[in-house]
Amino acid sequence: MNEPMLFLPLIALLPLAGFLLNGLFGSRLPKALVSTIALLFPLLSFALVARAAWMVHAGLALPVAEANAPTWIAVGTFHVGFQFVLDQLTLVMLLVVTGVGFLIHLYSVGYMEHESGYWRFFAYLNLFLFFMTVLVLAGNFLLMFVGWEGVGLASYLLIGFYIDRKSAGDAGIKAFVTNRVGDFGFLIAMFLLIAHFGTLSFSRITAQLSAHPTLTTGAATLICLCLVLGAVGKSAQIPLYVWLPDAMEGPTPVSALIHAATMVTAGVYMIARTHALFDLAPAALTVVAVIGTATAFFAATVAIVQTDIKRVLAYSTISQLGYMFLGCGVGAYSAAVFHLMTHAFFKGLLFLAAGSVIHGLGGEQDIRRMGGLRKTMPVTFWTMTAAVLAISGFFPFAGFFSKDAILAAAFQHGSTGKLLWMVGLVTALMTSFYMFRLWYLTFLGQSRAHSASDGHDHEHHHHAHESPWIMLLPLVLLALLSVCGGWIGIDRFAAFLAPATGMASAAPNAGHTELFLSVLAVLVAALGWFVAHLFFGRRTSAADDAAQRLAPLHRVLEHKYWIDEIYTSLIIRPIQWFARFGLGWLGELTLVRGSVWLLVGVTGLCGELLRRWQSGNLRSYAAWLAIGAAALLIFALAGTLLGMNSLADSIHWAVR
Amino acid sequence: MHLVLFLIFALFALAGAANLLLQKHPINSALSLIVVMSSLAVLYLLLGAEFLAMAQVIVYAGAIMVLFTFVVMLLNEGREEKTWGSRAARTVGFPAVVVLLATLAAAILRAGRHYGMVSLSDGITTTQDLSKVLFRDLLLPFELTSVLILIAILGAVALARKDDGNA
Amino acid sequence: MNTPVPADWYLLLSAALFTLGVIGFLIKRSLITVFMSIELMLNAVNLSFVTFAHEWHAVKGQIFVFFVMMVAAAEAAVGLAIIISIFRVRGTLTVDQIDRMKL
Repeated sequence: MNEPMLFLPLIALLPLAGFLLNGLFGSRLPKALVSTIALLFPLLSFALVARAAWMVHAGLALPVAEANAPTWIAVGTFHVGFQFVLDQLTLVMLLVVTGVGFLIHLYSVGYMEHESGYWRFFAYLNLFLFFMTVLVLAGNFLLMFVGWEGVGLASYLLIGFYIDRKSAGDAGIKAFVTNRVGDFGFLIAMFLLIAHFGTLSFSRITAQLSAHPTLTTGAATLICLCLVLGAVGKSAQIPLYVWLPDAMEGPTPVSALIHAATMVTAGVYMIARTHALFDLAPAALTVVAVIGTATAFFAATVAIVQTDIKRVLAYSTISQLGYMFLGCGVGAYSAAVFHLMTHAFFKGLLFLAAGSVIHGLGGEQDIRRMGGLRKTMPVTFWTMTAAVLAISGFFPFAGFFSKDAILAAAFQHGSTGKLLWMVGLVTALMTSFYMFRLWYLTFLGQSRAHSASDGHDHEHHHHAHESPWIMLLPLVLLALLSVCGGWIGIDRFAAFLAPATGMASAAPNAGHTELFLSVLAVLVAALGWFVAHLFFGRRTSAADDAAQRLAPLHRVLEHKYWIDEIYTSLIIRPIQWFARFGLGWLGELTLVRGSVWLLVGVTGLCGELLRRWQSGNLRSYAAWLAIGAAALLIFALAGTLLGMNSLADSIHWAVR
Repeated sequence: MHLVLFLIFALFALAGAANLLLQKHPINSALSLIVVMSSLAVLYLLLGAEFLAMAQVIVYAGAIMVLFTFVVMLLNEGREEKTWGSRAARTVGFPAVVVLLATLAAAILRAGRHYGMVSLSDGITTTQDLSKVLFRDLLLPFELTSVLILIAILGAVALARKDDGNA
Repeated sequence: MNTPVPADWYLLLSAALFTLGVIGFLIKRSLITVFMSIELMLNAVNLSFVTFAHEWHAVKGQIFVFFVMMVAAAEAAVGLAIIISIFRVRGTLTVDQIDRMKL
């Protein structure tokens, strides 16, 4: 195998071609052609990835770095190129991104059929795929940052896709601005890396680290903390998670692709990619673990009381991302990536199924007005069931294996790990509870479409219908993956990833302990189901009773701990206040307007003086003309009159 | 003989120019200007420029000044009104005139020492000499002046035409 | 009898005539007389051209005067037409009263 032809740049550039075609000409093309373009390019991209995966399976040695990558920046010894690198971690991410991405594209063809701006939607989706593949293929930090920012842009565009809704635009801006805080950390980390290593290439940094581990722990910790800030922003962890629930303003396939399966996991991917640095900074890892666990617990509590089907899933996503952070934080990078992969399957499926429900009900998103959809939407019901079982962690669904791997790794991570494991287990209980709550309220029982309130849209339920096959096909495929995706097993998965994420993460086979933990996790999940069944399975009033008895707690959860309000009053208001009174009065009035006034004043004064000169009187012009002539004459004849030879001499004389 | 002719006609020219300034009625000024131009024609002849002397009389003293007197009589403005113009004309203009004259005179007196004398026996530049240069070396500029004059005629017609002509 | 005259006398006469023209431009109040002052200045310059043509035996100096006459004729035609239309619009030729471009 001399020169493996992997066409790595093509994997990224194909969706870009789709974006350009649809973005530039989409408005004039027929819908069928737009869909074809939108589906074809991601499919080709996925085919290339699958081919690469097959070659790896056949024995291609990884990592493969693209030869002769074009140079981007070259300053002295500092050098950044458009370098694409394929290793095991990238391959897994690429399979998830292009595979799940393609399925969601397929689903969108059905879901978005009646929306205006059809071409725009697909152009944005393809753009997102381009940037996401750049992100995971990048061989250095800067190129990764390009993808990192690009997916943020695509996310912004897609959250605000419904351009006629103000809330959608606000949510897009919120997502973008919140991400900026994280990007700031990423940028600082890059500057520190340049200062310490003189390069941004992943492979060279790793090589330098292993060759001479001279980097002090303090510097590594600082860099890692900055990176963590970036990851926290992108992956919606405490304290920067607030944008993700609002991001549900976008179309549901967007929520599935960007805000569940791929983009939000970029932070986890980044930590796994830079694990060599993190391994040198135990403090930073602890921070990651604590943030992840806290986020997982916190988001799960909020998810329990949300009534909007997509918001429940959004908080669930935040919670699951917390698990991945926990996995990274305890050094189990491969477990975190494993959970990332299975999560992409089942959370993508959950969102798509939710989208199918919303689609079938004509836009209804409140689970209190659903119910009894099992009969009308059987395929959606069964696929959703698979996803719910998977996320709750039932054996043998995909979520069981990955979540179990993370919790086992946490359990074996010293005494702090035990505490984190406890919290993770409680979170698993809540996860199971709120997912089955969603499941019961949506699909089982009687339809509550008219009982909830005004009932002006109760006819929706009568028209509730199963979605077209083009939406159901991705559901079924993802359901299969949600069921089987975990069977590969953490051990084999970790062994495959080991060259990229390090062997240290592979959980040592502790026999009885691990079996005990697994059984415990399944029992906890079953307990969650049982409680949900008690509350929502038979009599729906039980939940309301409990809510009334725990009214203060319920209020706190319902308002999401008032985090948004706290942020508004603590951060946004002071900034606005400073902008208005600090910058507005001082800066605007003195600097901006002052300089303008000064400019106007000077110009006006000059004009006032010169205007008097231009009197319009012919004789005054004649006088000025005469004095001009006299001056010119003197200038020309000065040399002659003073006995000099030439004009040049007179100028010389005048200057001297 | 030459000196006498020069002094007489230089005196005529200066007197005509001064009279131009002193007269209040434009028609008197125009007639004074004709005196100046005719005197200059004689001076040209003294300098040996016979063709220019003729052209001076025909073009300047004839055509152009007829045009002037015609316009003066057509408009019939009458005597100049006594108005006070801009202060700049007095405060800036007259010093400028003094400087101008002084500079010119100083320069001429300084450089003129090297110049020769002008006498009647110097010979004249004939019209033949002039036309050799004009129609051989400078044919194109000469032809272009005809275009210039044509355009000037058109412009004058367009400007002086009454406005209701095109209404 | 045939007393020669120094060439710079002609030049001094030219300078004097030119200065008188400038003074006329400055003091005359009628637009048409101002225009005559300009013609006077042109003639003064012509005189110096002819003098130098004689001094250096250069025919082209005289040709230059010829062209100046051409331009002066054209200028007189257009200038007087402008004066006529100004008088038609303003009803006066006093320069101190004609100091606006707009009516």
